[in-house]
Amino acid sequence: MQLLTLMVVLLLLTAFGYRLGRSRALATADGNPRLLHSLPSYHGYYVALWCGLPALVLIAAWLVLEPTILHWLVMSSLPADLQGMADERLALVYNEVRNVARYGHTPSIPAVGEAALHYNSMRHTMFISVAVAALALAVAALAYAHRRIHTDMRARNRVEATVKVFLVLASTVAIFTTVGIVLSLLFESLLFFRHVSLIDFLFGTQWSPQIAMRADQVGSSGAFGAVPLFAGTLLISGIAMLVAVPLGLLSAIYMSEYAAPKFRSVVKPLLEVLAGIPTVVYGFFAALTVAPFIRDVGASVGLSVASESALAAGLVMGIMIIPFVSSLSDDVINAVPQSLREGAFGLGATKSETIRQVVIPAALPGVIGGVLLAASRAIGETMIVVMAAGLAANLTANPLEAVTTVTTQIVTLLVGDQEFDSPKTLAAFALGLVLFTVTLALNVVALHIVNKYREKYD
Amino acid sequence: MENAATVVASSDAVAKRLKKRYAAERRFKALGFGAIALALGFLAILLVTILSNGLTAFVQTHVRLDVTFDAETLGVDPVKPSSDALASANYGGVIKNALGKAFPDVSGGQRRQLYKLVSTGADLPLRDMLMANPGLLGTTTSVWLTAGADVDMAMKGHVGREPGVEGNRLTDAQLGWLADLEKRGAVSKKFNTTLFTTGDSREPEQAGLWGAVVGSFFSLSITLLVCFPLGVATSVYLEEFAPKNKWTDLIEVNINNLAAVPSVVFGLLGLAIFLNFFGMPRSAPLVGGLVLALISLPTIIIAGRAAMKAVPPSIREAALGLGASKLQMVTDHVLPLSMPGILTGTILGMAHALGETAPLLMIGMVAFIVDIPASPMDPSAVLPVQVYLWADSPERAFVERTSAAIMVLLFFLAMMNLAAIMLRKKFERRW
Repeated sequence: MQLLTLMVVLLLLTAFGYRLGRSRALATADGNPRLLHSLPSYHGYYVALWCGLPALVLIAAWLVLEPTILHWLVMSSLPADLQGMADERLALVYNEVRNVARYGHTPSIPAVGEAALHYNSMRHTMFISVAVAALALAVAALAYAHRRIHTDMRARNRVEATVKVFLVLASTVAIFTTVGIVLSLLFESLLFFRHVSLIDFLFGTQWSPQIAMRADQVGSSGAFGAVPLFAGTLLISGIAMLVAVPLGLLSAIYMSEYAAPKFRSVVKPLLEVLAGIPTVVYGFFAALTVAPFIRDVGASVGLSVASESALAAGLVMGIMIIPFVSSLSDDVINAVPQSLREGAFGLGATKSETIRQVVIPAALPGVIGGVLLAASRAIGETMIVVMAAGLAANLTANPLEAVTTVTTQIVTLLVGDQEFDSPKTLAAFALGLVLFTVTLALNVVALHIVNKYREKYD
Repeated sequence: MENAATVVASSDAVAKRLKKRYAAERRFKALGFGAIALALGFLAILLVTILSNGLTAFVQTHVRLDVTFDAETLGVDPVKPSSDALASANYGGVIKNALGKAFPDVSGGQRRQLYKLVSTGADLPLRDMLMANPGLLGTTTSVWLTAGADVDMAMKGHVGREPGVEGNRLTDAQLGWLADLEKRGAVSKKFNTTLFTTGDSREPEQAGLWGAVVGSFFSLSITLLVCFPLGVATSVYLEEFAPKNKWTDLIEVNINNLAAVPSVVFGLLGLAIFLNFFGMPRSAPLVGGLVLALISLPTIIIAGRAAMKAVPPSIREAALGLGASKLQMVTDHVLPLSMPGILTGTILGMAHALGETAPLLMIGMVAFIVDIPASPMDPSAVLPVQVYLWADSPERAFVERTSAAIMVLLFFLAMMNLAAIMLRKKFERRW
């Protein structure tokens, strides 16, 4: 709240700077804007930028540094016997101090209560000083910029240069995101591979991370062989692709080759609805309707089907992916030039013969690329398998049994578990790294196929 | 067909083959139509299942009882009760007395079963009633009280009412009392306001969506605030300013790859960077919004660039020719002309973010939270996570509520998509 007030004050000051700069520019030109190098509003923006930016940078720096400084200040004020504790205990104490100070929890020992009071007073003092400093900086910068305004000042060029810097910075966010993903996954995975060897992880066939939570028990090492997870992921995505590829491809063919424009304009958006439905809804549908249905059908023909069968999850996932396959294939089929079709018709081929022997082969690279993209989608899909697939890691190829997947395990390993350094939580990051690498590779291969083998007709 | 004789001889074979080829043609066409029908059939089954399960959640069974606001049972001063005393008075006892009075011959251990007819949360409306009108103290009023979840399920016909039927959690005695109440006209279904006004609860009849709706609103606001300026700035830079070099190629490849990264990986990023590195609060819409912003950023950038590409170069050249600077050309001409396209892409990105669940599970938004969040820093649920949480609950009544939550979620999504379509229809411009 205090921060919000500070920001509002700063914003008002900036707006004031804009007005001031504009009127000052007009005044120096004796009310004739044609004498100015830049429009009066650019002089306004110039002053406003000077007023707002340095103060904002200061506040941002404080926001980043505040926790570290507070930590140092509070820790050094703790009584000596507390300071002598081991680092982990100390971290717990500091956590408690923060909770007491921020949310008013009752302290377990008086020293913590005192430290919390200290924490709050330090935080308050620091905020006040930073607020004063930021506002003083804003006012000083405003005065400086205001004094620099004269008719020949290139206000527009300076404002535009600043905006361009912002544009470049914005475009690097995408890079930072990727770097952040790679670094966080790599860093935590390396910690994980200190506990479990890479070979055991990639080629082991036993997955039972739960045991690892109780470090004092016999057999506490836990088993982190991820092969059953990879197999389960492949099984479920495979079923999904078996559903999605024929249905999606045939829909796309019908839509682009046979359907009347009116039919197409109604049906295409309806198919897209399938892609717009949140995955959690599909998960609910799979767990509540499809899985019991398959179990009952199986029971009626004498098959025992697990209630969390891979078939149910795969089937529903396949339905979800249909629009991906169909819209990507639709695009490439439409890109096949009409002259090829007319050539085939001229040789006496029927429509379906044309499609099967001319259009599809011509569109094949694009179709394969689309299928690979859909496969990477299926592998990374999380909610359907979390809700409808099993948790036990079975190494099986039987779609009627329950299997677990990489994404399911990532979610179950991380949900509800607070401690962060156990191999159990770190395993989620190793799985995430595998997932990221595989989906990235699939995408790169898909794009490569599309670009390399695409026939260029015009 | 080597000579004329075989041509005549084979015309019969040709006709036969032609028939076969036409049959294959019809089969192929039917196959394509069948695929579309199957896909749309799945969609229909999905929606019908959700609708048929969830529609009943919008009404809630209520039971009418003659409630006596007896000062002794309430434990307040009968003449001049303080508002503190009224706020913490024993309204549960009042309900129990009212139930006892309605069925005077029930006694002993059966009394406890009787009390289960009415929700444990039914005392709150009574409190509000008495606090609004303290004159009711000592009087008897007829009040509609929320029924328990098991009664609700039986009344809506989701579980059989015959004793011993699968899923029926009511005892014979409870079913008898219920039939009795029905005969007196004291059972009725009313619009379920609880669903739209309260936060989560362990009791299905007291569980509401409002907390999740507010949480989703906060998250999406943060997402929009972060994503829109960054997305527009990036597309402007890449489309209008960026030189064609290795660096911009890298940025473009990055954006395309980010669009294909599974969302659960973004959740891992949020957990490692935002929560563990920056120490942001768990379960907060602030962090959820930031993670969702990173997920929707590529969508917005791609849509923004497509919209800017559609603006013809002649407009840019005209602006430059009249002496505008490059930035003036962008802010005064390219951006306003491409804004409908950018906004459409943004709304679609937001709709996608609204339905996103997995990354939010990673940053702890699965906690059981009863309170309505007051700011983006408070722990909160969001709509899809609420669906996930309720879907995990074993009670039959939560199946109904999950479906209702899905309907609310789909309603918001449909509205956003409709807005995008209308925006596109209204402002779409062909050059």
